[in-house]
Formats: sequence, C-alpha cells, structure tokens
Amino acid sequence: MTARIGVITFPGTLDDRDTQRAVRAAGAEAVPLWHRDKDLKQADAVVLPGGFSYGDYLRAGAISRFSPVMETVIEQAKAGMPVLGICNGFQLLTESHLLPGAMLRNNHLHFICRDQKLRVENADTSWTTDYETGQEISIPLKNIDGRYVADERTLDMLEVEGRVAFRYLVGGEAAEGYGNPNGSLRDIAGITNEAGNVVGLMPHPEHAVEPLIGTGRTDGLGFFTSILKKLVNA
Amino acid sequence: MARVVVDVMLKPEILDPQGQAVQRALPRLGFEGIADVRQGKRFELEVEGPVDDAALSRIHEMAETFLANTVIEDFTVHVDEPAEARS
Repeated sequence: MTARIGVITFPGTLDDRDTQRAVRAAGAEAVPLWHRDKDLKQADAVVLPGGFSYGDYLRAGAISRFSPVMETVIEQAKAGMPVLGICNGFQLLTESHLLPGAMLRNNHLHFICRDQKLRVENADTSWTTDYETGQEISIPLKNIDGRYVADERTLDMLEVEGRVAFRYLVGGEAAEGYGNPNGSLRDIAGITNEAGNVVGLMPHPEHAVEPLIGTGRTDGLGFFTSILKKLVNA
Repeated sequence: MARVVVDVMLKPEILDPQGQAVQRALPRLGFEGIADVRQGKRFELEVEGPVDDAALSRIHEMAETFLANTVIEDFTVHVDEPAEARS
C-alpha cells in the first residue's frame, strides 16, 4: 500500500492533471477528488492545484473556499492532514484562513509566466523535507494574482516563527528568473501554518518534475517525494 | 423589491495598482487635478421581502464572510432608494 494523495478539481482548475502526474512521478497514488464531493476517498494528504476556480470572479479562490469538499479539507487540515496549495490553491488557503494574509493582483498588473528562482526557507514542513533550508530551486511561475500581502504584525510573526517557507530570489538578472515577480511583501513566495502541515506557494512545483518538460529540471519533485516519505514513515 | 448596496474597497494601506493605472491615464486624457484613484467593487442586491434590521444583519454577515475579504478590504452596506423616488 502506497500513500494516497488527493488532487481536487474545481470548475476552472487547470493543473490537476499535471499535479496527479507529479504525485505518480514521486511514487504515490494520485486520487482525483471533485469539489462537490465532501468525501476525500481516504486520501492521506490533499493538493489544491492551480487554475482559476470559479473564474476567480469575486476574488481568487473566494468562491471555491465554500465548496463542499473544502469543508472537509479545512476540518482535516486543522486536525493535521497535510495540505499543499499551489497558486490558486494558495489563494484558496488564504481565503479559507488556513494560512494568514491574502493574495492580490500583481503590482505591475501583468500576467507573468517564467521560470522562477526561489530559496527554500523552511525544510521542516510536511512538503519540504527533501530540500535543505537555504537551497535554491527553479520552478515555473504563472499568475496574475500573486502579490502576497499581510499586515506588519502578521509578517513579523511569520518571520519569527520561521513560517516563510519560500522566498523569491532577488539579485541577479530578472531574465534569469531572479527578482520579486509581483510585489509580494518581503519577497514571500510561500508560507506554512504553525504545525507545518499546510503549505501554500505561488510557483508551480508540479510543472518541474520531469527533465523533458518545464524548466528542464526536476526541482519541483521534492514536494511530492517529501510528502510521500512522511506518509510512508508515519 | 428593495435594493441593498454593498461597497467594497481595498483598505487604505493596501497598494491598489489598478487605481494607480487609472489615475496615471487621466492627465493623458485631459483630466487634470486628480491626486489619487482607488478602485473598488459595488454589489447591488435585490432583496426579497422587507429590508428590516434582520435582513440587513444577514447582508452584513454575507459581506463580511464572502463579498469582502476583511484581511485586505473594508465594506459598507446601505439601502438604495427606489428608482421612482429618485426621479
């Protein structure tokens, strides 16, 4: 029996298939989940993939946050189930208040799509143990609502508690994927909750798990191997 | 049916690049003297039944939990006067 990792599809989700593929590339079983279904089908962990759920018409992730499946995800996440939110999934986690802060329109108002360099700031979360703290990785970034904001007190709390999980690498040439791509406060690309089981980030690890596609590197695979190890050893 | 309006605005301390883009375009179009623009959202709700305190309280709750994200946005709720009363 291998670990079962659920991947939720909402109307407007784009990256569910890539995420399922990434889960399988890591050696786990991908369990497709439907947003109207409260049942997580015995998934041991859940990924909220990227896209534009419900068209992002109200705010990114705001409508999907009230879908039936999210009732179960919120309850289980609070009980310790690992949850990873990628891009729209990250927006959904902030709208659900599983992670603090909010996501806003990029400061330059453009959709951005590029390979993005990141620094792993916390390699102790459920999804990052196969990295090392301080490790630099490159994975694709593609969004228009990627600007992370929170009030100063929350930002200070995240820093002090080591809950900034990923930061955009600044310095170097923008064309090479360096720099803050969207105006996120303190160059934050991703954060974790206090327990380390819930992680959200804007860039897309699931698009960098096979050498043939994406960045040509497999820097994103570590997310899925990390969670697999955690679940198998649990 | 009565109409209730919910206005949602980004909090003053939150950068509003959409408002800034509009503001920067104004002088180019010949509209001078606008120091700042902030862009918000307006929801017009057609309410069945009376708009009493209980209904307004429900709408307030709706705005707080769903229409606005209070981490980044403020909102106001007001009852819109009917069109015939305005003319």
